Amino acid sequence: MKARVTVTLKTGVLDPQGKAIEGALKSLGIDGVSSVRQGKVFDIELDGANKAAAEAALKAACEKLLANTVIENYRVELQG
Amino acid sequence: MKAAVITFPGSNRDGDVAKALRQAGAHVAHVWHGDYELPAGTDLVVLPGGFSYGDYLRCGAIAGRAHIMDATRAHAARGGLVLGICNGFQIACEAGLLPGVLARNADLKFVCRRQHLTVERNDTAFTSAYTKGQVIDVCIAHGEGNYICDPETLARLEGEGLVAFRYCDADGKVTAEANPNGSLDGIAGIYSPGRNVLGLMPHPENLIDGLVGGTDGRGMFASLMSGKKAA
Repeated sequence: MKARVTVTLKTGVLDPQGKAIEGALKSLGIDGVSSVRQGKVFDIELDGANKAAAEAALKAACEKLLANTVIENYRVELQG
Repeated sequence: MKAAVITFPGSNRDGDVAKALRQAGAHVAHVWHGDYELPAGTDLVVLPGGFSYGDYLRCGAIAGRAHIMDATRAHAARGGLVLGICNGFQIACEAGLLPGVLARNADLKFVCRRQHLTVERNDTAFTSAYTKGQVIDVCIAHGEGNYICDPETLARLEGEGLVAFRYCDADGKVTAEANPNGSLDGIAGIYSPGRNVLGLMPHPENLIDGLVGGTDGRGMFASLMSGKKAA
């Protein structure tokens, strides 16, 4: 089973990298960009086919390591 | 004073802090991150500066989950002293020993320069050799030193006197201009509620010899040697 975990900064947490990228996009003349927030994507392969067990394992992975929940949110998507 | 300096893959200030501790008179043991136990009789655990695990994932995140951190948390829970410097501060936060996060410097620049700090209180095991409000001149070298936490945590840190050091100018004024990384309230270091755990971004261990620029860092190691328990 494959899964994708996306970790993003919580709203209100300063994201200087996102701001710098936003500025670079504007300087390239790409119109219509009002804001950029940078995050992380983890593509994870799991043994077994039990969806509930996979979701539980991924939630534990996010809480224990992949995200720092003081400043970050995470989202888990199972891809069958 | 028996100190245990933990070496993680990518630590690079472990030798410097060991030298500072030995200069002050401590017995220093070097401990590997994969070990499960601290040497018997350890008074102080030091999480040194560097770039543990290449700063992968988040600074200090992987080191914060090392086996030795279980023993370090147990040591801290017993009231034992823990000192986290720079990457060690990041590791202490990631390991749950201290609240908050060291985020990317607000201006995105890695800062490596001299920096003045105010000593917020001198009744702790780490600062008794300084005077309250003393301005010390040490080094900083980091790209992720921007201390942030939620408003409730900040209010608790300020209300309970858990801010250890603040970035300031040469006159001791805590200003936005003197803040190298955007940290809330100019915070350069914080204590745990028992004041037995200290995390700070600056490097006192680098200012222990007049030959290399100053000795304002010595006070921290002298304080630790005085045997004062955590305030």
